[in-house]
Amino acid sequence: MNTQTATTDEYRVCNTTGLNIFRKAEWFVKANAVLAVIFLLVGAVAALLLALTRWSNVMLLSDVWYYRMLTVHGVNMLVFWIIFLEMAILYFASTTLLNTRLFSKKLAYVSLVLMTIGAIATNYIMFAGQADVLLTSYPPLEAHPLFYLGIILFAVGALIVCFNFFATLYIAKKNKTYEGSMPLVTFGAATAAIIAVVALVHGAIALVPTFFWSMGWTEMMDPGVYRLFWWGLGHHSQQINVAAMVAVWYFIATMSTGAKPLNETVCRAAFILYILFINLAAAHHLLVDPGFSAEWKMWNTSYAMYLAVLASMIHGYTVPASMEVAMRRKGFNKGIFGWFARLPWKDPGFSAVALSAIIFGFIGGITGVTLGTEQINIMAHNTLRIPGHFHATVVGGTSLAFMGLCYYVVPLIFQKDFYLKGLARIQPWIFGGGIVIMSLGMSFAGTYGVPRRTYDSDFSGATLETGFDPVAHIMLGILGIGGILAFIGLLLFILLVVAAVFFGPSLKGKKMPTWQTPEAQKMTDDLISRGYEEEGKDYKHIKTPGTVVLVLIFLLSFAIYYFANWAALADLWHIR
Amino acid sequence: MSIFHPKGNWFRAPTGSERMWVGLALVWCLVMSITMPWWHFQGKQNAPSETYEVDPAAFMERVNQFVDAHQVDEVNGVPIVEPPPGGDAYLMGQMWRWYPVLKLKEGQTYRIHVSSVDLQHGLSILPLNMNVHVLPGYDYVMTVTPTTSGEFNIICNEFCGIGHHLMTGRIIVES
Ligand code: HEM
Ligand SMILES: [Cu+2]
Ligand SMILES: [Cu+2]
Repeated sequence: MNTQTATTDEYRVCNTTGLNIFRKAEWFVKANAVLAVIFLLVGAVAALLLALTRWSNVMLLSDVWYYRMLTVHGVNMLVFWIIFLEMAILYFASTTLLNTRLFSKKLAYVSLVLMTIGAIATNYIMFAGQADVLLTSYPPLEAHPLFYLGIILFAVGALIVCFNFFATLYIAKKNKTYEGSMPLVTFGAATAAIIAVVALVHGAIALVPTFFWSMGWTEMMDPGVYRLFWWGLGHHSQQINVAAMVAVWYFIATMSTGAKPLNETVCRAAFILYILFINLAAAHHLLVDPGFSAEWKMWNTSYAMYLAVLASMIHGYTVPASMEVAMRRKGFNKGIFGWFARLPWKDPGFSAVALSAIIFGFIGGITGVTLGTEQINIMAHNTLRIPGHFHATVVGGTSLAFMGLCYYVVPLIFQKDFYLKGLARIQPWIFGGGIVIMSLGMSFAGTYGVPRRTYDSDFSGATLETGFDPVAHIMLGILGIGGILAFIGLLLFILLVVAAVFFGPSLKGKKMPTWQTPEAQKMTDDLISRGYEEEGKDYKHIKTPGTVVLVLIFLLSFAIYYFANWAALADLWHIR
Repeated sequence: MSIFHPKGNWFRAPTGSERMWVGLALVWCLVMSITMPWWHFQGKQNAPSETYEVDPAAFMERVNQFVDAHQVDEVNGVPIVEPPPGGDAYLMGQMWRWYPVLKLKEGQTYRIHVSSVDLQHGLSILPLNMNVHVLPGYDYVMTVTPTTSGEFNIICNEFCGIGHHLMTGRIIVES
């Protein structure tokens, strides 16, 4: 498209997309992305050690270090890696996509400093061995005050970024830097930011009093109430991750295949469902907790939560369908799946996102909704089925999509090229494959009742001995092997990104090198440059049979898994 | 393009296969929403909800009374306690044991009070894989009818300090 290199002090013109990239905001995209990857590395080392400890024939760490690394892994991955990267997305989606400057550079600095100090402080105290309380820090377990303080500082910083984001949307609207409605990707990012505010408020209600208690200023918060509010943070955060991930799906779908949302109304309505119906879904972490009525639990998981599920199922159709339409418009019309084979599988940004959608939907989504059913949760609560589920959502789904995004952020924002592109092309497959294997190992071990968060699955040395079926131990071995593979994939990602960002060939003034063949790239460019209006005109006549088959297979798998779990439940003792 | 702003009025209802899928997904979500309350009335396995506030010290006292009144044997120094069929039983989570061992009869219904006297614990009955969360200060009443007999191990599946992976217990069910 736009290949001229018009630049000013305030912004430069992207040589690939023709969008204006605002220099100040660009710096914060970079800073947050680099920090994200640093904490990803910390979390990844811990991940490998954990996987090699849960593998019951290896049991690498000592008990103390297993619990310590579990805390380090959970906090660095679920909080620092994911949220730093989401901050980068907010800066990008608000400024570049809306063609506006950042609202406040000062606020951006303040938030960055707070978040960095918070993350370092929390890591320091965890490694110092004074916060072996795991990510959730359920009272009466008590950590050093610095643990809570670090997380609170980090959260305040993130809240400021959200504020800066909303203020940027406001000035863009006011200054009329764009016409009509904001782009879908920005809409998705805004969804994530709105949910983030709700999440952080819940987090403050749980963690600020707990910090005061750890200082000895107040009484301990009731453990049940703490869980209710902590999961108001913990669950909402997952919805932030989902919304951000879906925004990335749409972004990469456009960039790599030229896809356009089939129906803006449907896509946006689905995002709005996330905002409206997520508040109540924290209940699915409390299904077998004392203190809540059955009515409360059911209301809060089903009627409301399933509308958020509906939203994900809608995105699960619209994203592949938009790609199918784009591919068919390029002329790949052979049979039902001809277009599918011709997708840009050699583009790691694309393959990461495609795998992310498949893993998130087929494993993460199906298990999540099933395990979050009030009664079925009896067979899943705190077993390895739970990490088996969320490593398919937040890791195989969100983290993999974010990796895919980085394959575009590095050339477009850092303006650096990758080395070893062959390795980059297989990296998403190694990571995604490893996570799938690990997640299946966890899930199947969990169906035998193997607990999560437990150093020794066999409880050897306990007064009353216990143990698991040998098959459960084989599953723990599969967990270990999948974990090693995922670690290799993750390390490869970090090495490729670091090598490119710090030592890669400069792309200044150049168009982003295509991951595809030049002809394929040209077709994608043509589709993008035909713009919005023309694009919308004739799509109605193009059918999406391939996607329909895919989603029907999905629905069938979902129903089978769901009802198989009810059948297994019927074999348990009677309980109420 | 999802990265450019849509021009003009983009508001319109879904059509074609997109419309079909939205409808189908909605129906499936409704099926799931109905299954849960249906099972609540028709099914035999539902998450317990009966809860009372209890002071941890008072709970420990009740557990000790329960053991004194109904102890029948012991295993590895842990008392085996046989509550009256249809009656109340107590199970205490404590760093790091489930106390005492319960002896139940198949087909009889018991009200098992579980609570913790220190940290949060996770009650997990194996190999059934039945799990509930246990909190200090909450007397959680599980109304349970064992439908199989034998020895069932209990483990803790919520992290409760460095001895967490040593925290076990047992339920013996006679046919
Ligand atoms: C190389 C990739 C990864 C591997 C091999 C891995 C492996 C593991 C293992 C073995 C556990 C311990 C399960 C248990 O014993 O209870 C665990 C827990 C966990 N992982 Fe990962 N993981 C990876 C990446 C991630 C990422 C990217 C995230 C988040 C974005 C994540 C989030 C978590 C969380 C939240 C827990 C639970 C911590 C807790 O119970 O407090 N993991 N992971
Ligand atoms: Cu315990
Ligand atoms: Cu425990």
